[in-house]
Amino acid sequence: MSWTQKVLRVNLTNGTCDIEPLNMDWAKKYLGSRGLATKYYIEECDPKVDPLSEDNKLIFATGPLTGTAAPTSGRWTVITKGPLTGAIACSNSGGFFGAELKNAGWDMVIFEGKSAEPVYLDINNDKAELKDASSMWGKSVWDTEDMLRATSGDKDIRCASIGQAGESQVLFAAVVNDKDRAAGRSGVGAVMGSKNLKAVSCRGTLGVQVGDPMAFMQATGACNQILADNPVTGEGLPTYGTQVLMNVINETGALPTRNSADVQFEGANEIGGEAMAEPRASDGKANLVSNAACFGCPISCQRRSQMDPNHFSVEGQPKYHGNEGGLEYEAAWALGAATGVKDLEALTYCNYICNEYGMDPITLGSTIAAAMELYQMGVITDADTGGIALEFGSAEALCKICDQTGLGEGFGKEIGQGSKRLTEKYGHPELSMTVKGQEFPAYDPRGIQGMGLTYATSNRGACHLRSYTVASEVLGIPEKTDPLTSDGKAGLVKAFQDATAAFDAAGICIFTSFALTLDDVGPMVNADLEEEWTSETLLEVGERIWNLERKFNMDAGFTAADDTLPARLLKDAAKTGPAKGKVSELGKMLPEYYELRGWTADGVPSNETLNRLDL
Amino acid sequence: MVKVLHINATECTGCHQCEMACSYHHEGVFNPSKSRIKIFNFEETGRNVPYVCTQCADAWCLQACPVDAISVNADTGAKEVTAEICVGCKVCTIACPFGTINYNSVSTKVDKCDLCGGEPDCVKVCPTTALSFIEAENAGMEKMRHWAEKTDAGNQANS
Repeated sequence: MSWTQKVLRVNLTNGTCDIEPLNMDWAKKYLGSRGLATKYYIEECDPKVDPLSEDNKLIFATGPLTGTAAPTSGRWTVITKGPLTGAIACSNSGGFFGAELKNAGWDMVIFEGKSAEPVYLDINNDKAELKDASSMWGKSVWDTEDMLRATSGDKDIRCASIGQAGESQVLFAAVVNDKDRAAGRSGVGAVMGSKNLKAVSCRGTLGVQVGDPMAFMQATGACNQILADNPVTGEGLPTYGTQVLMNVINETGALPTRNSADVQFEGANEIGGEAMAEPRASDGKANLVSNAACFGCPISCQRRSQMDPNHFSVEGQPKYHGNEGGLEYEAAWALGAATGVKDLEALTYCNYICNEYGMDPITLGSTIAAAMELYQMGVITDADTGGIALEFGSAEALCKICDQTGLGEGFGKEIGQGSKRLTEKYGHPELSMTVKGQEFPAYDPRGIQGMGLTYATSNRGACHLRSYTVASEVLGIPEKTDPLTSDGKAGLVKAFQDATAAFDAAGICIFTSFALTLDDVGPMVNADLEEEWTSETLLEVGERIWNLERKFNMDAGFTAADDTLPARLLKDAAKTGPAKGKVSELGKMLPEYYELRGWTADGVPSNETLNRLDL
Repeated sequence: MVKVLHINATECTGCHQCEMACSYHHEGVFNPSKSRIKIFNFEETGRNVPYVCTQCADAWCLQACPVDAISVNADTGAKEVTAEICVGCKVCTIACPFGTINYNSVSTKVDKCDLCGGEPDCVKVCPTTALSFIEAENAGMEKMRHWAEKTDAGNQANS
């Protein structure tokens, strides 16, 4: 089996690294990654813990398929309590770090306590040691990775680190690995910063085994064929990346624009996947250089970009002139449509610095959008922004404020608190497009009704990934449903939530679910672990994980009152497009959802449900 | 007709599935560090480039070996290391100008690509056309065709 059955426990207060056996009973009940690590976290941490205190813990976790030849086997998760939300934080990342960790012989790393001085964890197969990181503190993710490679003398190490944003505890700071992949949301990077943990560097050469290699290769071969034949995973995503969605969602009439004042953006065509591939007027070259893959991934949806060196944001700064990780749809939406900025190069720059300083572009863009609306209202003035004319559509203002936020300077310090705290401070909390403190992403619930329920009930605060019903409501996967109706969406959301949790726990990328079902995933897991998972039992694991997370949140203080949406979505009708005249019909979906979940009318998992799921 | 493992780096996405297929074929585990084919990422250009032994007709490794542990597979043309004869002297790793034969400290022998005996697994798992197994004498054909089209004056406007 692929489990190494070794957990690395790092006590940052004492500076020690110890080995523990992996709890195999829990591995059987929670499968791995998101599920298993959440179980560990909940068993060890007080739900009321202050996320930025030394009593909080931070877990890096792999799934059983991580590091194997399964398609998209690079995935790993960061689990903690989110400083942005106060809820369970579970952030999934790709790249190469997770596979390297597995190859080094570790299933999970648990960080506890707080180091007195900045340190990094150096893992080389079974050798794990905390080392001095004082020379790296204050440096960006990119510089940190270069320094780690230089220090170790090994070009092949993989790194996960925080930039200046995590160090200064920007509430949406990210953990960035392999320079441009990230565990992005809920401020997991701030937790790392609060512990004075700068980075983890990892080299693994031990290899990853599976129980029944022949059956495994057959199962993965079958999955690879399905992925290659599917139009989304085999063509749309490799060609345009997630940015294939910009024009699609805009035409669906569900692109939240200017802090969700509108549902369509007149500049959408200038900031989407097609625009990235078009030669620029300025220098005749395209923003997009190529696509690229994470570890083990045949989909290869990564964007590699190259900016115009004469663009105002990067002029005279050669470090931004080369090939870097380019825009994803969520980032382009948040930095672009949400703020009204349609300068693709400016968005590319701001996305670069999200990777460089280590920040979540979704929360960043959405918070800037809220600040822009406050500025438009005259509630915030140039005196507050230090002279930055924070107007909707201003690429200059966007670039300046993103810089400031990453470096913790000027008004950027306030942006770094997220839109909930920012808008509360200035007396207009209704302008924060958040649920449970986290900003919702690039799909307007007025135009895609299921996403309203998704955001309202997501266990980590508003998030599209917990139940991407857009797949069904817009893309027709697995079956087309009508985005404008709330009928049937309660069941749809629950089904997506449970299945997604299972995909996450297995250690593969949720994007495979555009083509694969749990019937396809099961054989890979079974050949790996020599167990007998079915799509039913995998779905049950997903449901178990969902209820485990929900219960933690309730113990942390959340109630059904928090399963809601910003008033703008519930009351202000969409002004244009197919959803014109519609608001979110959350009220129609929520009671049915609670019932389908086996929860009380107050959204609390019933004893019957908890018992059925062995919780 | 001998076939070669043909590399088209423009198509390589850097997924490393080839490295896992190779290590699985030879060692039974997924271990990119034990793969005989390697993917190199060049950060400045963002390019991913596979590289592997190209089975020299007049192979330095074969000539340098003091115990004749390297021989030619008559069917595939691959230069293969016979582990039982190899003494791990590593002279072949010095002789090879390309670095594609390397010492394995666990087995104490050297490892190199042997084309998996005629059906290279790396090619099977590559999701793009970055790796292909084609007739040796046609290896350049696609590139030639591409440039032939570009240089065809008769095909251009105003000719």
